[in-house]
Amino acid sequence: MVALPLSALIVRAPWSSLPHDLHQREAATALRLSLETSLGALAVSALLGVPLAWVLARRRFPGRAAVRALVMLPMVLPPVVGGIALLYAFGRRGVAGRVLFALTGWRLVFNTSGAILAEAFVAMPFLVVTAEAAFRSMDRRTEEAAATLGAGPGYRFRRVTLPAVAPALAAGAALGWARALGEFGATITFAGNFPGTTQTTPLLIYLDIESGHDGTALALSLLLLAVSLAVLVGLRDRWLGSP
Amino acid sequence: MRSPPRLVVAAVAAVLLPLAACSSSSSSSTTPPTAGAAATGATTTTAAALTGALNVFAAASLTTAFNAARSTLTAANPGFSVTYDFGGSNALVAQIQQGAPADVFASADDANMQKLVTAGLVGSPVTFARNKLEIAVAAGNPKQISGLADLAKPGITVILEAVGVPAGDYTRGVLATKGITVEPKSLETDVKSAVAKVTSGEADATVVYATDVAAAGSKVVGVPIPDADQPSITYPIAVVKATKNPTAAQAFVDSAVSGAIQKALEASGFLPPQ
Repeated sequence: MVALPLSALIVRAPWSSLPHDLHQREAATALRLSLETSLGALAVSALLGVPLAWVLARRRFPGRAAVRALVMLPMVLPPVVGGIALLYAFGRRGVAGRVLFALTGWRLVFNTSGAILAEAFVAMPFLVVTAEAAFRSMDRRTEEAAATLGAGPGYRFRRVTLPAVAPALAAGAALGWARALGEFGATITFAGNFPGTTQTTPLLIYLDIESGHDGTALALSLLLLAVSLAVLVGLRDRWLGSP
Repeated sequence: MRSPPRLVVAAVAAVLLPLAACSSSSSSSTTPPTAGAAATGATTTTAAALTGALNVFAAASLTTAFNAARSTLTAANPGFSVTYDFGGSNALVAQIQQGAPADVFASADDANMQKLVTAGLVGSPVTFARNKLEIAVAAGNPKQISGLADLAKPGITVILEAVGVPAGDYTRGVLATKGITVEPKSLETDVKSAVAKVTSGEADATVVYATDVAAAGSKVVGVPIPDADQPSITYPIAVVKATKNPTAAQAFVDSAVSGAIQKALEASGFLPPQ
């Protein structure tokens, strides 16, 4: 079921015109924007997600299971539903959006920051899930040893904990980044569609297929497929081999 | 460092789920390509009757009128049913070119219909309706927009339709003719989603058809564009050659030109085809 569509994509692709298609201005703009927004989404996810994962792993509090479920929700929520939810929260009339707009005049909808938010929304669960598992399962004795040697909590976190969970964080980050790169439903619903600002690669692929520009759409699809495969190959030891 | 098995399953599922979830087209049908447009062989007969099932692909601006027409037609013709696929005309053209099972295609401009004529996928088109452009703004017109020139004012969030979508192309033509430079914040895939952005408060203004403004009722206010500035907006309709129901398809086209469907169109604010 997975192999057939993917091989059909590879077979039908316009290999001879690939470099030309990818160099079209719209394609190049969309690729640059996608890189910018997916990395931005990764940064937001890491900044918010790693501390959250640490709290979920190390602290007991009432409702912890509910918080964990909430964090994982974007993983299973249909992306367009996520987009609608983001609109109601951060749109111009949204619960938080109107406050943001009143205080700063800043808008997320129709802005690159909106695209970053939409992508972070779907990418963060990947980071939090892998980070929390890593925080839970790491050997706490190294932290305790550092504490007995006089290291403060900040130092311990930076020099002992983070390096210990770094491989897991990298894996979660790679997955989250790939997910952010491919995000479509929430982006087009919440952030809008304009070249250079919010028209990320998946949006351009959709619009090109819709308007009959198959060449560019297929070329971009192949590129994203190659990136996805690269991520999976890079992570194969984590999923298939021994950790 | 061990990953709990549960986590592996969850993460593998999480990788596969986005692959499955991230598709979604706004129109309802995406079908695998059929091998060429095989004509059904039978020529159309006179006294075309509305029987059987029809798939009509129609520009989004025709939604209200065609839906209203469906009730009339199915009541008057037992055994007849019609399903609609509404969307931007360019998206529908792409679907038909890929072999989507349309019986009739109604476009919001001649340029899109012409693509199918050139490809030999449709019969001769006929014009069945005309329309006008109108600016749609939020209820109450808080930004006090009075005409196209106001769309270029700073601080107004304007959205238009994407390139290839008839409403967007018509609008850009008018703006170019009048020398007004508008920088849209987003390019929507059809008129309905543009109106939705205005009713939800995300955009201050968009340019759609007068019929879309009427269809949105009290949620939007229409700012008319003078007749002198209006482009010539004509809607062509044609039978798709690969139709499995050519008699009903032709009857549908006839009704759109001068029958029950034409009445529904005029009730929605469309202008008659002459």
